[in-house]
Amino acid sequence: MTLMKLTASTIAIAAVSATAAMARDNIQIAGSSTVLPYATIVAEAFGENFDFPTPVVEGGGSGAGRKKLCEGVGENTIDIANSSSRIKQSDIDLCKTNGVEEIMEVRIGYDGIVFASDIGGPDFAFTPADWYNALAAEVVKDGQLVPNTAKTWADVNANFPAQDILAFIPGTKHGTREVFDVKVLEAGCKASGAEEALVAAKGEEDGKKACLALRTDGLSVDIDGDYTETLARIAANKNAIGVFGLSFYQNNTDKLKVATMDGVVPSTESIASGEYPVSRPLFFYVKKAHLGVIPGLKEYIEFFVSDDMAGPEGPLAAYGLVSDPELAKTQEAVAAETPMGALN
Amino acid sequence: MTDATSQTGLPGAQPRKSLHAADARTRRRNASEARFRFFGAAAIAISILALIVLLTSVLGNGLSAFRQTFITMPVALDAKVLDKSGTGDIEVMKKVTTIGYAKVIEKALTAALAEKGIATDGLDAKQISGLLSQEAAASLRNQVLADPSMVGQTVDVKLLANGRVDGFFKGRVTMDSAKLDSNISPEQLELALKMREAGLMSVSFNSGFLFGGDASELRPEAAGLGVAILGSAYMMLIVLVLALPIGVAASIYLEEFAPKNKWTDLIEVNISNLAAVPSIVFGILGLAIFINFMGLPQSAPIVGGLVLTLMTLPTIIIATRAALKAVPPSIRDAALGIGASKMQAITHHVLPLAMPGILTGTIIGLAQALGETAPLLLIGMVAFVREFPGAPPEGFFDPASALPVQVYNFTQRADPAFVERASGAIIVLLVFLLLMNAVAILLRRRFERRW
Repeated sequence: MTLMKLTASTIAIAAVSATAAMARDNIQIAGSSTVLPYATIVAEAFGENFDFPTPVVEGGGSGAGRKKLCEGVGENTIDIANSSSRIKQSDIDLCKTNGVEEIMEVRIGYDGIVFASDIGGPDFAFTPADWYNALAAEVVKDGQLVPNTAKTWADVNANFPAQDILAFIPGTKHGTREVFDVKVLEAGCKASGAEEALVAAKGEEDGKKACLALRTDGLSVDIDGDYTETLARIAANKNAIGVFGLSFYQNNTDKLKVATMDGVVPSTESIASGEYPVSRPLFFYVKKAHLGVIPGLKEYIEFFVSDDMAGPEGPLAAYGLVSDPELAKTQEAVAAETPMGALN
Repeated sequence: MTDATSQTGLPGAQPRKSLHAADARTRRRNASEARFRFFGAAAIAISILALIVLLTSVLGNGLSAFRQTFITMPVALDAKVLDKSGTGDIEVMKKVTTIGYAKVIEKALTAALAEKGIATDGLDAKQISGLLSQEAAASLRNQVLADPSMVGQTVDVKLLANGRVDGFFKGRVTMDSAKLDSNISPEQLELALKMREAGLMSVSFNSGFLFGGDASELRPEAAGLGVAILGSAYMMLIVLVLALPIGVAASIYLEEFAPKNKWTDLIEVNISNLAAVPSIVFGILGLAIFINFMGLPQSAPIVGGLVLTLMTLPTIIIATRAALKAVPPSIRDAALGIGASKMQAITHHVLPLAMPGILTGTIIGLAQALGETAPLLLIGMVAFVREFPGAPPEGFFDPASALPVQVYNFTQRADPAFVERASGAIIVLLVFLLLMNAVAILLRRRFERRW
């Protein structure tokens, strides 16, 4: 008898799942783990103050989020993709093939990338060239291109203490790594004169690529996890220097000491003014076909870029987001539901 | 012949010595026996040590999550601010956002401090209200909207204190670390100490941790496991309802009815194989079939439950078949012998006797599914979900989180207050696992029959 009952309930469940075409009433968001904390802060406040349910926010990485966004139109696809780097042409093409014609690009602000070491360690004042000379596979020494043999920071720059080089940098799957490559390694490669030497030795394209080649003797460590992992590694190895997001550093100022870059201390102000060199814009991308279909989607976007949230006095800035000076333009574009044009 | 050999011994054998004095060979044998035992005991000791290290680290970090710092104070709910129309119309009252409520609370806190005679020199209004959690305004707003008659009165409310203040009373934040901390100052902590002495602030049991939803990084003090526990419960229910009957039916057929040929062999090999497939594979399958093909919603317990059902089925089938095999054939033969049909023999005799084994296997399978994160990653359940899912069956389609997922989420957050939350979540998960395994042992002890 019990078996019969169990079978009956199984069939009942199966019947329920078959009629699953229910209207979704919550917003679904996925993407960058850098944007994730900001998105959860907005989602939380949105759920509190509006009559719509709190949006569901997933992490997973910028690229994965954009891919999910481009999977198609419909209630079982996400509405918004968070991204810490700009959308790529390949994503837009994927969107087109899957019927996602119009996407809105919303820039929410800027994020700084900082270099920090254990709170008890010495102070550092870096330039991109220092980082290039410390981590690159090949550096210029006395006018010659030689493999990198620097063991301590003093070998890199005589002004630094003789602390062993050990750097925890974001792994290649992170959007942060892209910024590190461009704003630190490439800039350092140029500034130290290595780019010239590399281009002369290997040709235009390969030489520029070689700028991004890192030493493989274990002094530069890729971290594929989050900043929490980098922090734990620094706690275990006090000599190490790690790469963090500004907001993460601001939440852990009692454990980390931040280094200056080109003489500028990273802060929301110095990043907003453009003085601090290592920063990047943060975006989210909205599937326009879902506006007016998913309840609260438009309200959520408008709320996100409102002065109460993304403005310089808002909670996002308090958490470490560098407020966009052109926020008013973004607000206008959102209100007019302007889709993004072609990538330039 | 045999007598002769036993008396003279084998040719070339040593002359027999006393059995009481151990010879070299016996000593070697005894020594290797002792070593063997020692290795066994050492293995146990290492496992226990590992368990102790794990438990102390989890309990040491996580127990504090069950206690939380609260600020209890009277709040004057000004009708002019909170109910602008003066009619008690809920739709009008909803227009007042949490920013408005934050101001009401700020005012109340200043008043309460003045009443108790606590000096707040050198601290501006923002720093004083910084002692409160940002959740406070939201929780007050919900209370007022739930009971609009409160407006115009002065009510005593219990509000969450800021995570850093809470950390100070738990020893995570010290005066020294506060000096370096950009989110709190030593002066604020001193004010907190004074408030505690005056009875405004207290540390008490944190029911919000067990029954509240997740919270963003700005308010770690408000983060709770409610949604995750409910999500996990829904999924376990789905797994139980689907996997048990399907698993038992499959096992009975394979064990009692199926002819022994290469097809059943193939099925058998595949079932054992599936039990060893990495769980993420089931996640990929779930994404392809349940979400992309069947169109079920993302982040929903129904999809999680279905995926975990697929993952648990092999475990249940293997356990059930073992339990059915353990029922002696004489019972089947006796039943068939007195004229029972095959089905009667199975449902009346074999199945009841195998039930304890089946249930034990099922519960162990469920416990395994409860701790699984990887397959949920791909179906959108590793997410920030704050809203509680509705009552079943509709609630199965609402977004929800799961306990192991919540642990994973907490460990990724920047604020140090989430460390205790993550360990606290592990404790809750361990308690559930312990309960399930205890039930499994109990069932086995109470109902298992040996022949």
